[in-house]
Amino acid sequence: MAERDRHIAQLLTPVLDRREVADGIFVIGLESEHLARYAEPGQFVNVRCGDACLPLLRRPFSISRIEGNTVELMFNIVGQGTRMLAARKKGDVVDVLGPLGVPFGLKGEFETALLVGGGLGAAPMPLLADHLRREGKNVQTFLGARSASQITESHMVNAEVATDDGTKGYQGTVVDLLKRFVTAMKPMRPKIFGCGPTRMLKALSEYADVAGIECELSLEGDMACGIGICQGCPVERADGKKKYSLVCVEGPTFNSHDIILR
Amino acid sequence: MKESFTLRGVQFKNRVLVASGTFGYGDELKDVVDVNALGGICTKSLSWKPRDGNPPRRIVETPSGMLNSIGLANIGVHRFIEEKLPYLRTLDTTIIANIAASSVQEYCDVLSLLEQQDGIDGYEINVSCPNVKEGGLNFGTNKEMTREITARLRPLTRKPLMIKLTPNVTHISEFARAVEDAGADAVSVINTLIGLAVDIYARKPKLSTVTGGLSGPAIKPVALAKVYEVSKAVKIPIIGIGGIMTGEDAVEFLLAGATAVQVGTASFINPSAGVNVAAGLRSFGEKQGLSDIGQLVGAMESNVGVSILQSWL
Repeated sequence: MAERDRHIAQLLTPVLDRREVADGIFVIGLESEHLARYAEPGQFVNVRCGDACLPLLRRPFSISRIEGNTVELMFNIVGQGTRMLAARKKGDVVDVLGPLGVPFGLKGEFETALLVGGGLGAAPMPLLADHLRREGKNVQTFLGARSASQITESHMVNAEVATDDGTKGYQGTVVDLLKRFVTAMKPMRPKIFGCGPTRMLKALSEYADVAGIECELSLEGDMACGIGICQGCPVERADGKKKYSLVCVEGPTFNSHDIILR
Repeated sequence: MKESFTLRGVQFKNRVLVASGTFGYGDELKDVVDVNALGGICTKSLSWKPRDGNPPRRIVETPSGMLNSIGLANIGVHRFIEEKLPYLRTLDTTIIANIAASSVQEYCDVLSLLEQQDGIDGYEINVSCPNVKEGGLNFGTNKEMTREITARLRPLTRKPLMIKLTPNVTHISEFARAVEDAGADAVSVINTLIGLAVDIYARKPKLSTVTGGLSGPAIKPVALAKVYEVSKAVKIPIIGIGGIMTGEDAVEFLLAGATAVQVGTASFINPSAGVNVAAGLRSFGEKQGLSDIGQLVGAMESNVGVSILQSWL
């Protein structure tokens, strides 16, 4: 982290917009000049969803999209915190800590970025696609969900869709969908960017190995602070130099070869 | 209004410290928090060798609290001295090195090594981590072992020596008496309470180590009762810890008998929590027209009823 300038700030951000973009999936737009200026793709914010002791801890969300000074987070309702966040109205103020974590690597040899999002793993893809295109990269997005009602394609770049129940796009997993495209992509020097449930990331990482494609993953971790203090979010390292990395400060983005998913 | 207090000749600029394990080594939060506005920093527990800590999952939120099983993950005392201490030396606040170990000798070795360095103002001895097999709670729930550790460390330093006690015993006051007898300058009361959270669908514990340590506002009443109990048993100062989120919470601890407090879990939610608690405590004292915030210490009127605690004190 020492080589990167950190711009972590505790911010009181007004809610500009809150909408349900798919079944049970919400986007909340927060006004923050600071985040708009400094946040990079793959970074996250740690959000105080309530203002009392229930829930007590902040909740981490990856930054989904930035337009002007509007910073959007995408989330589904999994518990009390996200339910409270979804109930926030325009004009409410949300306490946000960020930007946090190490962003995705946008530079490098690759020409084509394959963005693979499983479920809410779609969240960081719009901002990522935006920055990749500024770097002159081609972007192809693959989204997976249980069903058509849980897919949101807005602001996704060149999206292909997979659903478990076949109600939209390819019937099967998003990794299987990706495989169908990769042969055609191979000459275009691809790199995979993945985000989603651990099981999906494991399958993605194994496939990337077989296909010989560089693969970067964004992980989730059970964290309290989001800034490397609580030590709550270890992920096993592959290199053995030390046993664990912390998802919050050494990630959430990792090269798939650097970590062991279980 | 006077805010400072002194422990064995070391002055703390105010009575609000940040608790071990909730503020890292002090440098992680330097851009976000006015660290010098704190009464002191207790470092993450330091052991002789680095410790990886426990496998995930390490943290679970529970009602008004959190359950953790970090397992004393730390960079070890040598790297601490090399990489962290130079920054801590530049701070204008009191630095308390927290030490954890799996043998009495290891406690002595870590403390002795730190004694040779500049920049450490005092020590807090963690004999009460609930999440490691050897050392930790096995020491802190054994009164004679707790006494022995204190007695062995006492001759090694002239700096303040604080022993952090566990509430996971029948009568914490007996442990406080033991460490007072052995020469401790203060007791930190309390470390986390052992707790369990269950994944009802997997029918498994949520934490990898089954149980963990409960902290946060959920434990504040327990902590206050333990501070009160200890205050009736010993004369040495008590550093009150447990769920402090606001200046008013700190006032409660002082009134119950704490000389100072530590803010822990609250720093995870708001990195400036310790600074805010210090400001809240100051503001309360000023509004009450106090000349010294220390006038609050032990000032709770307790002869209004008979506590069950009296029976074992």
